[in-house]
Amino acid sequence: MDHPIKKDHARFRKIVKGKIRDNLRKYVSQGQQIIPKGNDQFKIPMPSIDIPRFRFGDKSEGGAGQGDGQPGDPVDGQPGDGEPGQGEAGEGEGNKELEVEMGVDELATILGEELELPKIEPKGKNQLSSTVDKYTSIGTTGPDSLRHLKRTYKQALKRQISMGIYDPQNPVVVPHRQDYRYRAADTKIEMQNSAVVIYMMDVSGSMGEEQKEIVRTESFWINLWLKSQYKDIEIRYIIHDATAKEVDEDTFFRTRESGGTLISSALKLCKEIIETDYNPNEWNIYPFHFSDGDNWSADDTKSCLQLLDDFILPNSNMFCYGQVESRYGSGQFYKDLNQKYGSEHDEVILSKIKNKEAILDSIKEFLGKGK
Amino acid sequence: MLRTKSISGDLLKLQKEIQGYADEYGLDYFPQIFEMCDYDTINILAAQGGFPIRYPHWKFGMDYDQLSKGYRYGIQKIYEMVINTDPCYAYLLEVNNWLDQKLVMAHVYGHNDFFKNNMWFANTNRNMMDVMANHGSKIRRYMERYGTEKVELFIDKVLSIENLIDINNLFETSDVLQSRKDKLKKFNQEKATGGYMVDDRSQALKSFMRTKDKQDQAEFDGPEPLKSSVGAEKVSYKGQRDILKFLIEHAPMEDWELDVLACLREEAYYFLPQRMTKIMNEGWASYWHSKILNYKALDSSEFIDFASKHAGVMAMSKKNINPYKIGIELFRDIEFRWNTGRFGKEYNECTNMHAKENWDTKAGLGRQKIFEIRKTHNDISFINEFLTPEFCNRQQLFTYKYNPRTSRMEIDKRDFEDIKHKLLTQLTNFGSPIIQIEDANYKNRKELLLKHIHAGVDLDMQFAGETIKNIYHMWKRPVNLTTSYEDKEVVFTFDGKELKTSS
Repeated sequence: MDHPIKKDHARFRKIVKGKIRDNLRKYVSQGQQIIPKGNDQFKIPMPSIDIPRFRFGDKSEGGAGQGDGQPGDPVDGQPGDGEPGQGEAGEGEGNKELEVEMGVDELATILGEELELPKIEPKGKNQLSSTVDKYTSIGTTGPDSLRHLKRTYKQALKRQISMGIYDPQNPVVVPHRQDYRYRAADTKIEMQNSAVVIYMMDVSGSMGEEQKEIVRTESFWINLWLKSQYKDIEIRYIIHDATAKEVDEDTFFRTRESGGTLISSALKLCKEIIETDYNPNEWNIYPFHFSDGDNWSADDTKSCLQLLDDFILPNSNMFCYGQVESRYGSGQFYKDLNQKYGSEHDEVILSKIKNKEAILDSIKEFLGKGK
Repeated sequence: MLRTKSISGDLLKLQKEIQGYADEYGLDYFPQIFEMCDYDTINILAAQGGFPIRYPHWKFGMDYDQLSKGYRYGIQKIYEMVINTDPCYAYLLEVNNWLDQKLVMAHVYGHNDFFKNNMWFANTNRNMMDVMANHGSKIRRYMERYGTEKVELFIDKVLSIENLIDINNLFETSDVLQSRKDKLKKFNQEKATGGYMVDDRSQALKSFMRTKDKQDQAEFDGPEPLKSSVGAEKVSYKGQRDILKFLIEHAPMEDWELDVLACLREEAYYFLPQRMTKIMNEGWASYWHSKILNYKALDSSEFIDFASKHAGVMAMSKKNINPYKIGIELFRDIEFRWNTGRFGKEYNECTNMHAKENWDTKAGLGRQKIFEIRKTHNDISFINEFLTPEFCNRQQLFTYKYNPRTSRMEIDKRDFEDIKHKLLTQLTNFGSPIIQIEDANYKNRKELLLKHIHAGVDLDMQFAGETIKNIYHMWKRPVNLTTSYEDKEVVFTFDGKELKTSS
């Protein structure tokens, strides 16, 4: 009989996957804090469930460490690095942050499996296809230049052994014509589809560090998934407060502006980008907009909806709006969009992201439609 | 049930040899049993806190998941497990090489000696293997009867408050122990006569139920807790930190729930001394494996390998203190100081730095001193009494803190007082916030008022809120918690519907 812990283990896996004990799901942490490690390797914490208890919250208090270095030097490495290999019975080990290193592809597969994401059907308009020959199989005919020597000799050896003329003392193998083997091509049709993701983020005063962290994590996962689905993918970033500008990735995540918010400015810029660079007939276009839901005026919201209806929606696969909860945001924009598009329009996907733990759910909302 | 087997042949010979050295050095240990097992088994054991049988719960599955993945991906490997029982069980991993086994055995004798002699372990139940197994079968039975999910849900709630225990309860005075013995005697008599309370509820619960019955007769006229004499309650519960005990005695719960709570409380107290002596315990065991191997057990061909293994275990970490390293170094430092007489009034008051540097009275009291310390101290008193500025300096200790400007942790200072303060803060109340009962009849409405004794670090507010909800489910009346957050006094209240915060 198997040890009873296997039952506990199965139960834990089910909880993590959200199949049972829904009330525990909010304590499940899995893979949010992903850390790139060079060479397309990533460290992901393994799934774990934290039982709530009275514990200290403020980690910024720091602690005590051991080693060389001057004041001001960073204390890097993860907690638990250099943890010794010996364990003692029943020790309360605190935060166990085991990490697994894996490649991007593997990670995307896991994401797809865990969230049960459908494969994306690229837009049905002009799919460019091309044939690619890959020499992956073996045939009995072909030009001499493609003759596969190893296979040929193997074949000859087989024949000699079965005919009883192979002499291990004098292992000479002579291929005959019928032993010759050639590399052969498999022809595959590959779709030449390409996609562009346009991220827009509100960087007005009300979006704090935590909100940006959420956007960063979420966009990482979205990129990961879309990259696994499209051959070519381009990513553009727009930040806006009352005015919008295009920036590079680094600036996108670091900038903090203040002042008012005109969402229409970002959508206008998004429109311009699409018009100049991306022919909607050839590109799958994914505009994502993240904000805390505050917009300057109802008038501006009206012009946003106008822009969406007239240009953005007809030309893109879907429009995703993620509303990050912040202390200052009113969340009005979500309500406005929801009122107009509701749940019937699948080309507009709305998601509220309350905190870090809600990121996975929100990704599922965005990508779960397979568009 | 478990796939472990006793050691035999050469390993048994090795054990005899190591035990001989332990005897020579004067270690005093419980009979030691080594069992051999494969990596899967050791992962199972480790996930279950060292015990072959526990109650069913997903958290063991979680730990097992992490340990076995960790092993599979080559991140970590458990060399050894040792359990505080009499006889003392320890598990060896069958894939370990000869040197590993030697090292582990010597290390285990150190732990064994510590378990047996350290006073904080004096009252731990050395039959815990049976107790744990009993708890397991009892909780399994409750699951069959009331449904797995229902019982599991309740266990989750108990685990959420299992750190609300009081380290002072590790030392029950002799009259308490005596009265417990009397009760046991009485119970046995009753059992013999087929009287009251012959059932399978845990011993821990029974002693509570008995006191509760008495109180019920004296003060209460029903199962409702704290119904009468309000003033008296205030006096008697204020300051109580063993909140598990308080709930067992006074919360209106079903019998099976009380029993589960009592079982888990007993287990929490069993593990408590280990949490309070991590640095000392690991330091002591490392001190002895190093001593025994270096001076006695090593074959000359093994020195390099041993040095590399030992260094791995002692690796310093910038982010946290490695208990093995600090422990062993502190024991060695103490041994050196007492060997050379660097203690006491005369040494402390000496102002001649040169003389201090070369101080040696040939006192030779080192070994004796560390044996004494392992008997009477826990991590807090160990650090408090023996950490010296010279030691901090030599060990390159520092404090670090978060720099919001660069958003990373940075080395702050190498100041002795700061380091000591930080270490002691981390160790206080075994690393858990101190929560105590302020009023069990708050607002005269049977509400529970808990107080967090704020010692500089705020609580994790989200978790605190969830924990209060869990207590509410046991107490069945509103639960309040006062604490301070960002330098403001706040009160959390959960009344069964919503969590409110007021300041």
